[in-house]
Amino acid sequence: MQFRTPIKQARGLGSAHHGATHWWFQRLTAIALVPLMLWFIVGVATVSSGGYLAAVAWLSAPFNAALMALVVGLVFWHGAMGIQVVLEDYVGCEALRQALIVLVKFVAVVLGAVGIISVLRVAVGG
Amino acid sequence: MAKFSLPANSRVTDGVTHRAEGGGNIKRFKVYRWDPDSGENPRLDTYEVDMGSCGPMVLDALIKIKNEIDPTLTFRRSCREGICGSCAMNIDGQNTLACTKGIDEIKGDVRIYPLPSMAVVKDLIPDLTHFYAQYASIQPWMKTQSPAPPDHERLQSKEDRAELDGLYECILCACCSTSCPSYWWNPDRYLGPAVLLQAYRWIADSRDEATGERLDELEDPFKLYRCHTIMNCTSVCPKGLNPAKAIAEIKKLMVERR
Repeated sequence: MQFRTPIKQARGLGSAHHGATHWWFQRLTAIALVPLMLWFIVGVATVSSGGYLAAVAWLSAPFNAALMALVVGLVFWHGAMGIQVVLEDYVGCEALRQALIVLVKFVAVVLGAVGIISVLRVAVGG
Repeated sequence: MAKFSLPANSRVTDGVTHRAEGGGNIKRFKVYRWDPDSGENPRLDTYEVDMGSCGPMVLDALIKIKNEIDPTLTFRRSCREGICGSCAMNIDGQNTLACTKGIDEIKGDVRIYPLPSMAVVKDLIPDLTHFYAQYASIQPWMKTQSPAPPDHERLQSKEDRAELDGLYECILCACCSTSCPSYWWNPDRYLGPAVLLQAYRWIADSRDEATGERLDELEDPFKLYRCHTIMNCTSVCPKGLNPAKAIAEIKKLMVERR
């Protein structure tokens, strides 16, 4: 038997006083990824026919390396934020939801770091 | 986890068919029935109604069924002109008010269910307790620090008053909130389009002095940001309002004050 009043349940634990930054950065990263992905697709498509050495040379150019690092970083950042929203929507169990969100963030950081280090290694000369 | 199918004791079975006597222009109404005292599953009863002696709206048919065919049919209704919001239900697959939905707008049989995702009290009556409590939680009244002028009301320019158009007309019928998938999955914490539109009605009011506190209370991943602009709210609103736009305005203000 629940003796909590309806307003007690509706108020719950109150407002978290955050969420706007998450929402705003999800949109900013999405906008940034539009030109970056266009550059990425065109760049990879043109360089893919030239062989390994041409690809290394292309990625070693500072401009290309910088943009590639940005693509990798923003893709994992934006992706982690998006998956977090999906988990918040559909996973009702509080503990499981928090655990999955932390897991997704850890995986995104590791993969993003590996990606950026790889780009730098090619760019700076490995 | 979000539930995508009904529990076994909520599955709807076929019910009784009440045939019309004689011919005439017959329309069939398939109505969701559930009696909490019977212990049985909900069922879909069929009523044949002679349109020759029935008013034009779905509510007219429900009242005719209750008066002439089956007095046990239970539903809320009051004003019969779209201003009280009592007769909100799911008609022909869409949440709307039975009193403003014309029977001739519906092809074939008229299927009538209670508002989706809410606990059912009986037949077409959903339990709106939590919905109303959420409305109360946004403190839907004018909050001011300055005392009211002693000799006249708090003044507002015509332009400021116009900001409330499209907001003050909301009758809290719950058609929008119960059509929103985000509200289906997280009704305990997400406020839903109706309550957020009402919250924006006070944020947008030039006379209210608690705008910042109101935004503080709404800034929450669940209270506000479960809205993903699905737009079901706007497409079903029987008053033609745009709750999705009101929510978008709140989100814009959240960014503006960062």
